[in-house]
Amino acid sequence: MAEAVDLKAIGTRPVRPDGVEKVTGRANFGADLNLPGMLHGKILRSPHAHARIKSIDLSGALAVDGVLAAVSGKDIPGGGDLGDNVLANEKVLYHGHAVAAVAARSAFIAEQALDQIKVEYEVLNPVLSIDDAIADGATLVNESQHTNGDTSQPASNVAAVTKFERGDVEKGFADADVVVEGEYRVPTAHQGYIEPHACTATINEEGKATVWCCTQGQFDVRSMTANCLNKQVSDIRVIPSEIGGGFGGKTTIYLEPVAVKLSEISGRPVKMVMSREEVFRATGPTSATLCRAKVGAKSDGTITAATAWLAYEAGAYPGAPVGPGCMSVLAPYDLENFRIEGRDVLVNKPKVAAYRAPGAPQSMHAMECAIDDLARELDMDPLDLRLKNAADEGTVAPYGPQYPAIGLRACLEAAKVHPNYTTPPAEGQGRGVAVGFWFNIGMQSSAEIRIAENGAVTIMEGSPDIGGSRASMCLMAAETLGIPYENINAHVGDTEATGYCNTTGGSRTTFATGMAVIEACEDIIAQCKERAALTWELDVDQVDWEDGQAVPKPGVNADVKPLSLADIARSAGRTGGPLLGRASLNAQGPGASFSVNWTDVEVDHETGKVDVKAFTGVQDAGRAIHPSYVEGQMQGGAVQGLGWALNEEYIYDADGVMENAGFLDYRVPVTSDMPMIDTQIVEVPNPSHPYGVRGVGETPIVAPLAATSNAVRDALGFRINDLPLSPPRVLAAIDDNE
Amino acid sequence: MGDYAYAAPATVDSTVELLSSSASSGTRTQVLAGGTDVLVQMRSIDRGPRLIVDVKQLAETNVLSIGEDEIYIGAAIASAILNENAELKSKLPGLIESADLIGSTQIQGRATIGGNLCNSSPAGDTIPALIANSAVCHIVGADGERDVPVEDFVTGVGTNCMADHEFLLGLRVPAPKGNTGDAYLRFIPRTEMDIAVAGAGVRVTLDDSGTCTAARVGIGAVAPTPLLVPEAGDALIGTQVDEEALNAAAAACSAAASPITDKRGTVEYRIKVVGVLCKRAGAIARDRAKAR
Ligand SMILES: Cc1cc2nc3c(=O)[nH]c(=O)nc-3n(C[C@H](O)[C@H](O)[C@H](O)COP(=O)(O)OP(=O)(O)OC[C@H]3O[C@@H](n4cnc5c(N)ncnc54)[C@H](O)[C@@H]3O)c2cc1C
Repeated sequence: MAEAVDLKAIGTRPVRPDGVEKVTGRANFGADLNLPGMLHGKILRSPHAHARIKSIDLSGALAVDGVLAAVSGKDIPGGGDLGDNVLANEKVLYHGHAVAAVAARSAFIAEQALDQIKVEYEVLNPVLSIDDAIADGATLVNESQHTNGDTSQPASNVAAVTKFERGDVEKGFADADVVVEGEYRVPTAHQGYIEPHACTATINEEGKATVWCCTQGQFDVRSMTANCLNKQVSDIRVIPSEIGGGFGGKTTIYLEPVAVKLSEISGRPVKMVMSREEVFRATGPTSATLCRAKVGAKSDGTITAATAWLAYEAGAYPGAPVGPGCMSVLAPYDLENFRIEGRDVLVNKPKVAAYRAPGAPQSMHAMECAIDDLARELDMDPLDLRLKNAADEGTVAPYGPQYPAIGLRACLEAAKVHPNYTTPPAEGQGRGVAVGFWFNIGMQSSAEIRIAENGAVTIMEGSPDIGGSRASMCLMAAETLGIPYENINAHVGDTEATGYCNTTGGSRTTFATGMAVIEACEDIIAQCKERAALTWELDVDQVDWEDGQAVPKPGVNADVKPLSLADIARSAGRTGGPLLGRASLNAQGPGASFSVNWTDVEVDHETGKVDVKAFTGVQDAGRAIHPSYVEGQMQGGAVQGLGWALNEEYIYDADGVMENAGFLDYRVPVTSDMPMIDTQIVEVPNPSHPYGVRGVGETPIVAPLAATSNAVRDALGFRINDLPLSPPRVLAAIDDNE
Repeated sequence: MGDYAYAAPATVDSTVELLSSSASSGTRTQVLAGGTDVLVQMRSIDRGPRLIVDVKQLAETNVLSIGEDEIYIGAAIASAILNENAELKSKLPGLIESADLIGSTQIQGRATIGGNLCNSSPAGDTIPALIANSAVCHIVGADGERDVPVEDFVTGVGTNCMADHEFLLGLRVPAPKGNTGDAYLRFIPRTEMDIAVAGAGVRVTLDDSGTCTAARVGIGAVAPTPLLVPEAGDALIGTQVDEEALNAAAAACSAAASPITDKRGTVEYRIKVVGVLCKRAGAIARDRAKAR
C-alpha cells in the first residue's frame, strides 16, 4: 500500500470534472431529455391504502383526443413484486400505488385522461403500523405471505425473522451490576432527493428499447425493466443522466417499464416525470421501526450482555432493511453475550427502498440511546464507556466476520481530545454522543482507460456519480499514473458503452470502481513500459514507470530521454496502436467505516423546539481521496440524520393517506436550521484497497439520531424515546414530566 | 376543457369591468398579484383552467405612501420593497417583519401583503400583524370603493368578504403616534420556509409613565380565520405591560383560540404556543414603544 507521505494527488481538493456543467445549468438531468414526437406519460394511482381491484376499464382514457396509449397491470407481465409495484395487479397495497397509465400529446391531456379510467375497487382494511400488523388476527397485506416462507404456519404480515446470537445472554444479564432497557420508535423517512424520478423511453420495431433516466445504477434499471417486461437485458439500453440526489432511493425502478410499454403501443418516445407528491406517495422511503434494546454492564463499564428486538416496516412487499439493522446494532462493541432478533413487517404503505446505511440509523438509535443511559447509570463519560467495550482489529463482529484493521478506537480517541468535546456545552444546553457504523460493500465494477493522441486520459466507468466520485476516480488515476489531475476526465458510461457495474450504493463506488480504475491504470502503465521498451530496443523489465514517464531502470545502460504518457501516445501508431487499459473485478474487503458524533442542543421549554447549536462528526475514511467530498458526505449525512431526528416523518390519516406529501410539511432541515457541521477525518487504511479507501457515504447518517436524542435527554433531564423530536412531541413530554 | 387566459388591464375601471363581465359570464377568474400563492395552487391543489387578471400594472396598486396619519401600502407592492424601506421599517417594524417572514429572498421579490391577505389562509403571516395595527382594506368593485377592517375581511379558510367583481387596491394602516410599538412572532418547527403553527401580532401605545393606553392583539393559525383578540388587548391597557399583564394577555389568546389537530400541531400545542407568542411579541412591542 502506498504510504501517505508519498501521495501526490490523493488527499488534494481539486475542482470536480462535472462542476462547471452543473453550476452553469448545462448538465442534463432525468427530465431534461426531449425527443421529436415524444408523448407524456402519467400514472393513475390508488385512492385506497388497501383494496382489491375488481376491474379496470381504460377505454374512456383512450377515447380522449390526444391519448395514444394506455396500460394497466397486465401489461407488465413479469418482475414479481417489483412488477406488481410498478403497476398493481390483483390488489392495491398502499395509497398512491400505480394502477394504470396513459401517454398523450401533452402532460395536461394525459392527466385529464386519467380521470376517464374506470377502476372498481373492493376496499379492504388497511394495516398501518407494526403494532397492527403483528397483532393477533391482523388483516393480511398479502394472504399468501408466510414468515420465512414456512407454509406450515399460518399466513402472517411478518415476512421474515432474522436472528444473531452468541454466548449466554441470561447469564450475562445476571452478572451485570447495572441493566438498562428501552423501547424506541423511529418514523418513516424519505431520502428527500431534490430530483423526482424521471425517464424517457423509446422502443423500435425490433423490440430494442432505449431508456434515459436518473438512476444510481443503469445496469439494475436494465435488468429490472427487462424482468418486468419479460425481455432480455440485451434488448434494453439504459443511459443514465446526471442525478439530482438518490441516497439509495434511485436503486430501484418505478416508471421505466411503463414508459417502454407506452412507447411500444404508441410507437413514440414517452417521457414520464413524477411530481413531488408522487415521489412521497409512491416511491420507497425507509422503514418506520419499533426497536427494543437492553444492555447490562459491570460497574467498571464492561458490557456483559445486550439484546435487541427490531421490527421494521417493509411497506407493501417484503424487504425492509432489517438485516443490515441487525448487523449494525451492536457492531461497535466487543461482546461475549448478545441476542439480536429482527422482523420484516408488511404494512399498507409504499414499499421501502434503500436510504443511506439502510436500517442502521433506526436500530443504532435504540442501542446508542440505551448505551447513553448506561453511561449515566454508571456515571461514566459516554466516550469512555464505548472505549471500554470498543470492537477492534480481531474482534468477531456480531454478524460474523472478524474485523481487520478498523478505526472505531481511533475515532473515539480523536473525539476525546477534540476541542469541541473538551469544551463543555454552553449554559442551558445538553450534549449527546453516539457511535455510527456501516459495513460497506464491494461487488462488481469495470473500468476502461483511454489515452488520447496528446496523452489526455479518459476514464470510462459505470458508477453513476452521486457524491463526486468522478473527481475521486481522476485523483486515483492521477496518483497511479503519476500525471496531473487536470489531464484526466472521467465519464459514466451507459449499459452499451461500459462494462458491467453494480449500482452506486453501499458506499462501494470509490472503493470498488476506484480499484478497477487503479487496475486499469496499471494496465496502461504496463503497456507504456512495453511501448518504451520497443522504442528503446530494451527488454520490458529494463523499463520503469516513474512520475508519469517511462525511464530505463537504474543500472540499465541506455542513452535515452524519458518518455511521457503524451510522448508514448503521440507515437502509439508506430508501437502497436492506441493505448487502452481495462480492468474488471469483484471487489473484496470493503472495510467498515465507524464514526463518533456529538451534538449540543438547546430546548425551548415553552414551545418544545429543539435547536441544534453544535455538531461534530469524526469518521474513519481509511484514506480520504478527495477530503472535501469526504467532509461533504459527513456533513450531508449528518444533516439528513438531524432532520430525521428533529422533524421528518410520514404522517398518515386513519385511512392510510399520507397527509404531508410535500416539502412544506415533510420537514427536511433548511440551511438556517443547521449549525456548522464540524468534521474530522480519521485515516485507518483499509488493508484491502491499494490506497486504503473505505466507503464513507453511509456511516454519517447513522449516529445523529441517537446523538440528538441523547442531547435532548441531557438538556431536559429525562428521555424522550421516540423520534422525531418535533416541537409538539417535546412540549407534550415537558408538560407530562412536570 | 376550458382555456387558460391572462389579462393585465391598464386601469382600475377596466379591471373592474373585466372582473364583472367574467363573473356574470361564469368564467372562472383569479386576481394575480405576486403569484406566489396562485402559481403554486395552479400546479398542485387546483389545476383547472381560469382567467388570470394581473393587477400589478395599475398605478393605484403600486402606491406606497407614508403620511402623518396614514401609511398606504398598494396591493402590488412586493415584500422586498417594504423590507428595504427604512422609514417604514422604523415605523411598523412588526408588520414589516411579518412580511419579511414570507418565503425566501426569491419569493420576497414577488410576494405582496395584499396577496397574503386575499389568499385568506388562517396562517397568513401578515394578517395578525395587520389586525394588531388596525389596518383597513381598501377595496374597489362595480359598486365603487369601500373600506373594511382587516379583522372583518377574512370570512373562512381561504374565503373573504370581496365579491367577484371586487379586488383589493391597498391597505391603510394608521401611522403610529407617540410611544407606539408593534411586533409579530410566529412559531414554525424550522427557522424559515415554513407555515405558521401559530402566530401573534401585538401593537401597544404607552404614555410617558410607561402605562399602556392602547393595545391590540391579532392571532393566526389557531382558528378558521385570523382573529382580533380584544380581551388580550384589554389585559394590557392600563398596565406597564409587565410579566403579569403579558401572562393575562397570553391566557386571553389561548382562550380565544379554537385550533384543530393536524399535521402541523395538536389543539393543545397550538393553544399553549399562541399564548407564548403573544407574551413574547407583547414584550418586544413594549420595548419598541419605550425606545421611541
Ligand atoms: C416558498 C414559499 C414560501 C412561502 N412562505 C410563506 C410564509 O412564510 N408565510 C406566509 O404567510 N405565506 C407564505 N407563502 C405564501 C405566499 O407567498 C404569500 O401568501 C404571499 O404573500 C402571497 O402574495 P402574492 O402577491 O404572491 O399573492 P398571489 O399569489 O398573487 O395571490 C394570492 C391570492 O390572493 C388573491 N389576490 C392577490 N392580490 C389580490 C388583489 N389585489 N385583490 C384581490 N385578490 C387578490 C389571488 O387571487 C390569490 O387568491 C409562501 C409561498 C411560497 C411559494
